[in-house]
Amino acid sequence: MHKYILHRLLLLIPVILGVTFIVYSIMYLTPGDPAQIILGESAPPEKVEQLREEMGLNDPFIVQYFRFIKNGLKGDFGRSYSTRRPVFEEIFARFPATLKLTIAGVLVAIIIGIPVGIISATKQYSLFDNVSMVGALLGVSMPNFWFGLMLVLVFSVTLKWLPSGGDNGLSSLVLPAITLGTSAAALITRMTRSSMLEVIRQDYIRTARAKGVLEKKVINKHALKNALIPIITVVGLQFGYLLGGAVLTETVFSWPGVGRLLVDAIRQKDTPMVLASVVFVSVTFSFVNLMVDILYAYVDPRIKSQYK
Amino acid sequence: MATAKKSKKNKKRSQWSEVWRRLKKNKMAMVGLTILTIIVLLAVFADFIADYDEVVIKQNLKERLQGPSAKHWLGTDEFGRDIFARLIHGARVSLKVGIISVGISIIIGGILGSIAGYYGGLIDNIIMRTMDIFLAIPSILLAIAIVSALGPSLMNLMIAVGISSVPSYARIVRASVLSIRDQEFIEAAKAIGASDLRIVLKHIIPNTLAPVIVQGTLGVAGAILSTAGLSFIGLGIRPPAPEWGAMLAGGRAYLRYAWHVTTFPGLAIMTIILALNFLGDGLRDALDPRLKQ
Repeated sequence: MHKYILHRLLLLIPVILGVTFIVYSIMYLTPGDPAQIILGESAPPEKVEQLREEMGLNDPFIVQYFRFIKNGLKGDFGRSYSTRRPVFEEIFARFPATLKLTIAGVLVAIIIGIPVGIISATKQYSLFDNVSMVGALLGVSMPNFWFGLMLVLVFSVTLKWLPSGGDNGLSSLVLPAITLGTSAAALITRMTRSSMLEVIRQDYIRTARAKGVLEKKVINKHALKNALIPIITVVGLQFGYLLGGAVLTETVFSWPGVGRLLVDAIRQKDTPMVLASVVFVSVTFSFVNLMVDILYAYVDPRIKSQYK
Repeated sequence: MATAKKSKKNKKRSQWSEVWRRLKKNKMAMVGLTILTIIVLLAVFADFIADYDEVVIKQNLKERLQGPSAKHWLGTDEFGRDIFARLIHGARVSLKVGIISVGISIIIGGILGSIAGYYGGLIDNIIMRTMDIFLAIPSILLAIAIVSALGPSLMNLMIAVGISSVPSYARIVRASVLSIRDQEFIEAAKAIGASDLRIVLKHIIPNTLAPVIVQGTLGVAGAILSTAGLSFIGLGIRPPAPEWGAMLAGGRAYLRYAWHVTTFPGLAIMTIILALNFLGDGLRDALDPRLKQ
């Protein structure tokens, strides 16, 4: 098992390097001279040139990229063009808010998705099943930022129950979490349903029933355990996906997370900030996927045994 | 010879008519197809329904933020423009972005996937590991990075959305190619001296079409959603051009007094996505009955 984890961790290195290379290349192609942006439009050309030289912008692309990696390994991802503070400081300051929102979104998705999926599967083609499947389809078809605005319209503007934005305590987390979690809830519902349906048809479930095990126990203990394996993958993938999707939800609810930092940075043409936030979220995303795979191996002994 | 050709043609036709027959039986898919047809017709004949310059673009501040009425079915936006007219013209933008960006992903992903699957070995490894790296970046972030680098415009939006979903098509095509590559009819084609290009184009690609069509249909939905999202954060098409995500974002400031400005564009997006999802699911079942359980 340790060998497996080590193997996967090592595989992460080329992925992270690749991600930084791709994002760095994209940002390198961005039109506009960073030195000019920092000094402003009216700065004299000599000064701009001097700053370009200081920042190493006159070096070839590959030299600049390796310098970026070298500094990055030391935790230095440059300074924001607009605030002049180290970008990593800003990202770290904002990351807890994004993480909180993402975890809350995943929780919403799990709390809705798994029970609804199980009930749908045990009562296949019932009214409950049909309603929840239509609901799940609507859930994946809605633009989540629009759904968020509709929630604001109902619960903040009309009913005045919940705040429409900001990060002030639990009540302000409710709407953003539902907004972010809905599409994931829909996917988890569908996955749970189909995974359960597949498992309940198997022989060992018939055996358990024949033995006279209570139906509740058959479903919750015997069936769910095996049905969970693909569900865990979906939950994990969704966790990573929501981390990226939080960009839109954060914009809707003025949530002070990395997503909004990124959107603001794009508006201000703050390249180091854009670069670092995309790399940061992608690396977190990869780590989450790795953890899901490891968890997967724990849950499914068949995978574990391959790496003994 | 002539009869052989004829029977081959018949068989070909019957294969697709078989798919169509199965699709027709699927109520949800037919609902989806009907909704899509209506939206496409509205988009095609948009100019006959509402003039672009006079109704869709021109501001009329006297009538701003009016609720739905007989004159303005879905009300007016913050510049007094008819929302229904803008939605119809916006459908053109969304359909165009959806189809072209998926086209970009299918072409690039298809080429990479077939090369990787057909040749295997080192080439396969290089291509697929590169795809893994692209997959490690959440697609919305990749699209944001590309648009912010290229600058916001319709073309750049399509490129960004298209590139960000290349890896999933590459994977699908590679998997199908791998499953076909070692079959006997490919061996037979090789034995009679067919070139690699001919084998891939004539024998392998047609057999990978089913999963690509399904993924493509669902992909158009995804592309429309991503575009709306990018427009929502201000990386989309520049105003005053009508785009659903941008219209929705424009209404955000007036949510308190004019709910309809935000609500209707969102409903429009949801309707088209739902229709595409219905059709995509139906196509999957119709193209590969084995998958249906």
